[in-house]
Amino acid sequence: MTTTEPSAANPATEAEAPPPDPNAVQITINGRPHTARKGQLLIDAAADAGEYIPRFCYHERMTPVGKCRMCLVEADSGRGPAVTVSCMVPVSPDMKVDTESPTTKRMQEGILELLLANHPLDCPVCDKGGECPLQDQAFSHGPGESRMLEEKRHYEKPIAISDLVLLDRERCILCDRCTRFADEVAGDALIHFNSRGNNTHITTFPDEPFASYFSGNTVQICPVGALTAQPYRFKARPWDLSQQESTCTSCSVGCRTVVQSSRDELLRYMGVDSDPVNHGWLCDRGRFNFESVKSDQRVLQPLVRSGDEFQPVTWNAAMAEAAALITEALAAGGPSSVGIIGGARGTNEDAHAWARLGHDVIGTPNVYAQMGDGLPNGLLAESPATIDEAANAATIVLLGPDLKEELPVLYLRLRDAAAKRRSRIIEFAPKQTGLTSYAWRHVAYEPGTQAAAVAATLSDADVAAQLAKGNVVIVVGRANLAESSAATIAALNEVRAAVPGAKVLTAFRRGNVVGALRVGMRAGTGGLDTRGMLQAAADGKIECLVLLGADPLADFPDTNLARRALKAVPRIIAVDTFLTGSSQHANVVLAASAYAEKSGTHTNLEGRVTALAREVTPSGSTRADWMIAAELALELGTDLGYSSVADITAAIAENVSGYEEVTSASAAGDGVLAGAPTDLDAVEIPLPAVPERNAYEYRLVVSRVLYDKAVSTAQSPSLAHLAPGATVHLHPLDLERVGTSAGSEVKVSGTRTSVVFRVVADDTVLRGTAWVPFNQAGPNVGELIDCFAPVNDVRIETI
Amino acid sequence: MSTYPWAAGYIDDGDRPKVVTSRFHLEDGYTLERYHATGGYDGLKAVLKKSPTEVHDEVKTATVLGRGGAGFPAGTKWGLMPAGKFPRYLVVNGDESEPGTYKDRLLMERDPHQLVEGCLIAAYAAGLSQVFLYIRGEMPLAHERVTNALNEAYAAGYIGKNILGTKFSVDIVLHWGAGAYVVGEETALIESLEGKRGEPRLKPPFFPAAIGLYGQPTIVNNVETLSNLPWLAINGAAAYTAIGTATSPGTRMVAVSGHVNRPGVYEIINGTTTFRDLFYGEEFCQGIRNGNELKAFVPGGGSAPWFTPEQLDLPFEGRLVGAAGSMLGSGAIMVMDHTTDIPKAALTLTHFYAAESCGQCTPCREGGTWLERVLQRVVDGRGTRADLDQMFEIGESICPGNFPHASSSKLGLDATPFPYKMTTICFVGPSAFAPVHSALTLFRDEFEAKIVERKHIPVSVGVVDDHH
Repeated sequence: MTTTEPSAANPATEAEAPPPDPNAVQITINGRPHTARKGQLLIDAAADAGEYIPRFCYHERMTPVGKCRMCLVEADSGRGPAVTVSCMVPVSPDMKVDTESPTTKRMQEGILELLLANHPLDCPVCDKGGECPLQDQAFSHGPGESRMLEEKRHYEKPIAISDLVLLDRERCILCDRCTRFADEVAGDALIHFNSRGNNTHITTFPDEPFASYFSGNTVQICPVGALTAQPYRFKARPWDLSQQESTCTSCSVGCRTVVQSSRDELLRYMGVDSDPVNHGWLCDRGRFNFESVKSDQRVLQPLVRSGDEFQPVTWNAAMAEAAALITEALAAGGPSSVGIIGGARGTNEDAHAWARLGHDVIGTPNVYAQMGDGLPNGLLAESPATIDEAANAATIVLLGPDLKEELPVLYLRLRDAAAKRRSRIIEFAPKQTGLTSYAWRHVAYEPGTQAAAVAATLSDADVAAQLAKGNVVIVVGRANLAESSAATIAALNEVRAAVPGAKVLTAFRRGNVVGALRVGMRAGTGGLDTRGMLQAAADGKIECLVLLGADPLADFPDTNLARRALKAVPRIIAVDTFLTGSSQHANVVLAASAYAEKSGTHTNLEGRVTALAREVTPSGSTRADWMIAAELALELGTDLGYSSVADITAAIAENVSGYEEVTSASAAGDGVLAGAPTDLDAVEIPLPAVPERNAYEYRLVVSRVLYDKAVSTAQSPSLAHLAPGATVHLHPLDLERVGTSAGSEVKVSGTRTSVVFRVVADDTVLRGTAWVPFNQAGPNVGELIDCFAPVNDVRIETI
Repeated sequence: MSTYPWAAGYIDDGDRPKVVTSRFHLEDGYTLERYHATGGYDGLKAVLKKSPTEVHDEVKTATVLGRGGAGFPAGTKWGLMPAGKFPRYLVVNGDESEPGTYKDRLLMERDPHQLVEGCLIAAYAAGLSQVFLYIRGEMPLAHERVTNALNEAYAAGYIGKNILGTKFSVDIVLHWGAGAYVVGEETALIESLEGKRGEPRLKPPFFPAAIGLYGQPTIVNNVETLSNLPWLAINGAAAYTAIGTATSPGTRMVAVSGHVNRPGVYEIINGTTTFRDLFYGEEFCQGIRNGNELKAFVPGGGSAPWFTPEQLDLPFEGRLVGAAGSMLGSGAIMVMDHTTDIPKAALTLTHFYAAESCGQCTPCREGGTWLERVLQRVVDGRGTRADLDQMFEIGESICPGNFPHASSSKLGLDATPFPYKMTTICFVGPSAFAPVHSALTLFRDEFEAKIVERKHIPVSVGVVDDHH
């Protein structure tokens, strides 16, 4: 509603009549006057006026198509009552709408009878039964019975249109929602109508599945049970589900979700339409990785090492052991010989409790939430942009990773901005990304030349003119794990020097990494970051290392350093949900509760704090990270004073810069945007000299793809097989130069070792560079990365 | 049957003025040489000496009615384009596929240059940037003849840059359809031209004149409409309006099929010729076959509500036929004598529309097929009395209030002005119901005769899939 009516209680308003709102349109709905917005669709105006017009094909986030005809009403625009498609027709002044006229009702009953004519009505065995718009609207607006005596339409079913989604063509009412989503929202137009008339059906292209990272959304928006998701199919009835609103922590976008369970078992996540964040969409990894929470590989109770094996122990024994390890370390090397890595997986409360334990109880400055694959945390302080600001900017400068792979729903938002021509994207990337085809300018650079490429592009007159229009948002992240983050900072500084007013959206990737850094999981004065801690550990200077849900062997780019570090540290305490490659080296494993097993708050990459719900009982005897921290502090002789999540939420609001407004109440719904932090150090990293690339070598580009060996993917059976595996990608012409062919094995040699990969011809890779996806099954590219080198070059030979 | 072996189906007995079929009697009328020899491209030359506005006004004055079905005046249609928005396109609808219609095919086969010249005149008058000629996929000869004509006309300098040394330039692109009835609907034709599925566009916007091909202002004209323009350009609006009546000037082509002695395409005088003249006149169809009684006829293409002998004296005048509850449409007339099995005739037409539904919107996709299957059951002698009412119920879901009809008083329906209300995106859905509605309203007894009264409904009614 955009107008305010003068109220009798406020004579001042009445005396000076407010100027007429140019955007107000007066209409009449079912005899009652209503003020609609100019250009508003009739179906939305009616909803505002409290009149629900039934619909199937209409979806607020997609272009109306008027195909199902369910929303027909009688409307009079001055030429008598006419059959009007309310999802296509905008309101016009003095329009008179009757959503309950005999003609309207007859049309609604007619359309529903026709929609049900060939619908199998197998509601008792249909996943959608109980939450089905067709079922609901047949009840509320339908004729009550069908007069169709003929045999119904038959199709082979179900058809797997992708690894995750199955299609039942008999249930389909051809509303065009899934196909529109695939085309308009995801940009993966891989499903479409085939044939015509009564034989029209949804199909994929021959031999080309609906391999979209966003395919699960089609299941959620399907108004019937035509699309079902493999992980949920036949698992539950909607009326048996209990649910709570929560936030997805699969990446740092922080999509709003509903977490659903039945009989204390997680069964489904659904996207919630949040205007500032995800518009209702989720990526498939975020939607389906609930399977990992109930994996039978979970660590369900604390473990203590005994020789080469772990023995399950009681929490008391495990805590005593962990406290003893820390006490020994303090005795052997003092507070700074203890390091804590991780915290990005948990809640803000988990991270704050651990930060207090590290900084205040143990007294070490060596606490860090990033895994050496991000950017300096000081970036968070510098004129932060929101997702909405980025998606409505005149110009979006991308200095970062492939958002489609790392922050999928942010990709959807920015893709939407470019596809709908709100924004122009200037992309700098070492390899083509999901957004490249939507970019106004795509600048491919060889690692080491990023800042120069940016400077050269900014001097282009067209680019300068575009940036001069103002409203510029820079999205910055780590595009290449085999290159120093200093290069990205230098490039960012180039853009900021040219566009002083630009805002920055920091594309940190891992779940709650922003929250963890901000509430305290960052190095204190003189403290070390993760790379520093691993180096110190390898040098024998760390007596005790705490891995707080961290797996350096998998996530730290330089595997060699991580391995040397874990080998050299005498005492390792792991707080984890699974026995990962790294936590297997621990002396004590403290079994942690997983997502949806604990409540709290979460901070997304723009600083939005939203709620996390505890929907199921923690598996086994696992405990939330914050409880473990509080308990361990007690064992070490300090009471942190935390006996509930609420205690810590309050402590954060009191102690953390920018979190003053955060309460469990304000974190509900779309949450609250934390203020910019004032307690982070400015970013100052000198740009190291980059050596020239030897013409025989290839510069290594390593980045993540959506599906990898991360536990949430690897422990979700539906997702695990979607990870592509480790291969080296070369430009087809470079393939010729190496003298090999796609699919063959090649030896890739760095300064330390050689690794054998299968080679893939990929023209999205720049010539002279070699791209390898990170953390994949098979040969480990991390062996080739030296995290102290400005760039990493490799030699590629046939075998 | 034809007066000329090379123009199968065309009959020109009688001494009537010819506007568009003047070269049909010539075996080589489709060549540029013959076209030149018979005054070809003189109209274009005359037009290029005038201003576009003058030519546009002349077409407006002549009130050339659209011959595709809706009968909208071409000159007025050209004026609907928003001023100053370029490029703007002319799309020629040569996707003639309304059941019973075969006049445009003859125009393209027998006189393609006349169509090309008409396109050029329209492009000049309406300030169009490019012409797209869309020819139905099932018309290979028309495609070949128009292709040759375009090549000849390009070579002769009638199409392309600086036509005949003037500043006027236009290109004509030929597109061959893939065979779908619904693409005859102008917005579906535009979608098909753009390389998409041939599905009608959602309304609003209601007219492609504002947002059409590639989102630009677009005029979609029928082949016959454009073929009128060369004659008009030479002879002038006064001569054009001297033929026919004030509201329906000129001639029009009709395609008669069914139970008459001489079915075929005739160029008749618009507005004055009556259906009786056409069916019984010596120069036209020469009576019903075997001296049989006329039972019913479809006056304007398969989707038009039917007429009975009561309406024989109606002239070819769109408004009068509209007031009587039907339409002249595309000029396809189907005649049924007293031996016709009316339910079967209705089934034939309904089957066509159900099969040709694009499947986009619910009422047409589901309703058309359902209707056909119920009707099939009735025709097969397996129907019930309830089925007859059920067909009206399905029709009610497709076009609320059903059809206005000359005989609607028999059912007690209020006659509402044509066109009817509809729940579909385009007219294909209502078209599936139109023949059933007409047949059931006018000849319900014939349907009832097919119903065998049974004490028990046979089991097969519910389970046999008679459609497959």
